[in-house]
Amino acid sequence: MALLDKHAILEKSPTLLLVFSLAVVSIGGIVEIAPLFWLENTIEKVEGVRPYSPLELTGRDIYVREGCYVCHSQMIRPMRDEVERYGHYSLAAESMYDHPFQWGSKRTGPDLARVGARYSNAWHVDHLSDPQSVVPESVMPQYAFLSRTPITGEYVDDLMKTHRFVGVPYSDDDIAQAHQDFRVQANPDADTSGLLERYPGAAVANFDDQPGVSEMDALISYLQVLGTMVDFSTFVPDPSR
Amino acid sequence: MTDKKIDKETGVETTGHNWDGIEELNNPLPRWWLWTLYACIVWAIGYTILYPAWPMISGATPGMLGYSTRANVANDITAHEAKNAALTADLVAADLPTLAPDDPLHRYAVARGASVFRAQCSQCHGSGAAGAKGYPNLLDDDWLWGGDVASIATTIDHGIRNDTDPDARWSQMPAFGDILSREEITSVVAYVGSLSAPAEDPGLADAGATVFSDNCAACHGDNAQGNRDMGAPDLTDAIWLYGGDTATLTETVTKARFGVMPAWGQRLTDADVAAVAVYVHGLGGGE
Repeated sequence: MALLDKHAILEKSPTLLLVFSLAVVSIGGIVEIAPLFWLENTIEKVEGVRPYSPLELTGRDIYVREGCYVCHSQMIRPMRDEVERYGHYSLAAESMYDHPFQWGSKRTGPDLARVGARYSNAWHVDHLSDPQSVVPESVMPQYAFLSRTPITGEYVDDLMKTHRFVGVPYSDDDIAQAHQDFRVQANPDADTSGLLERYPGAAVANFDDQPGVSEMDALISYLQVLGTMVDFSTFVPDPSR
Repeated sequence: MTDKKIDKETGVETTGHNWDGIEELNNPLPRWWLWTLYACIVWAIGYTILYPAWPMISGATPGMLGYSTRANVANDITAHEAKNAALTADLVAADLPTLAPDDPLHRYAVARGASVFRAQCSQCHGSGAAGAKGYPNLLDDDWLWGGDVASIATTIDHGIRNDTDPDARWSQMPAFGDILSREEITSVVAYVGSLSAPAEDPGLADAGATVFSDNCAACHGDNAQGNRDMGAPDLTDAIWLYGGDTATLTETVTKARFGVMPAWGQRLTDADVAAVAVYVHGLGGGE
């Protein structure tokens, strides 16, 4: 026990005490966090999940900027009441291209993980502009300014490069087409074949029914894709999870 | 440890630490605290054996109880469905139009439909089903696509003007701003307004009658009482989906409206669709 008797050395040196404390605390971190990087079942492979289109990605930035996550979670937990209200429980793979993910645990408003295609675009415009016009009991603030705020998508390719830097598989072609895809998705009269080939299932519409691309268009394009990528009629849950 | 040191003042053993002449007493921990600690350690060991815990090469140890949140929720849902299986099957098989209101199955459908309505439909149609601007009131007897229970079920199942269901109810009003002159729109708005309220300018309304029969009557009918095959609303009943004032009517005629409803058959089970149809039918205006 001679080694234990030497603890006075640590206790008399603040620097040494700090270094050894960090070493001890990091053991917990290594045991709990590090295995997630190699465990094969951390993210199961799920068909259909794709990176966000340029307009959706921009809408996602607006979602984060406006702090939607403060009141809305994006994770349906595996419980019967949640599944009945919101749909199939969320899978880790469905957030694999979210940086950062929007899971959250605070629900002042409902969960939005599967809000995509659940309401019409017009409803989203009405609801974001004046939530109480459709849900009188709602406490959500009004976001009417989104319709009045045009965006050009000037930096959307840089945004995609940043996401590629943290692991989202955008190809060079995706980034080269970013500006075009950005405009095309908010214009139902345009040729959307390239967009839909790169981003299957993307909602194409003039979401806010006004000329040009506004922040409202971007945000609704993002909301309309949430939770719609995986086809749960063919999804078979891995029994080992 | 070397020989024990005893504090002279208290008679308690010290740790031997001496900082500037101040010694640290080594009082034993309270028994209850110590035993709680030991119990927690034992419990933790048992927990990691019984439940998924230790990370290994390809996954965590599964635990001896075989616990799985996914299996739990699947079992929960199956058990719940099994309890309702007989009623669900009856509801799917039932001929809804002939279901008597005092039939226990009708009562079940209304209760089930009410809970589905609150979760899925209330966001547009309101938690009391009274609707909002652009989202029809389901309490009255004014129906766009039909108010008998079978028509309501079809509307819920396939939705209206959506891209996801090829059987969705579909119609499109033209934007008459591109077709009619400003004067014609003003007059037809006056005419439509005069159908359910005293005309402010009878001369203008009379002029609008001609515009109406040339442009609007094909869908809304010669008597303007609408056409349910096309979801064309009755314009004579003073019930307005978007508003009956001159400004709103002018906007509606100029730009047209395009109300969309999702196809709920893609999200709800057949029994849920039938239940909501029975619930909505029973709200007051069912035919």
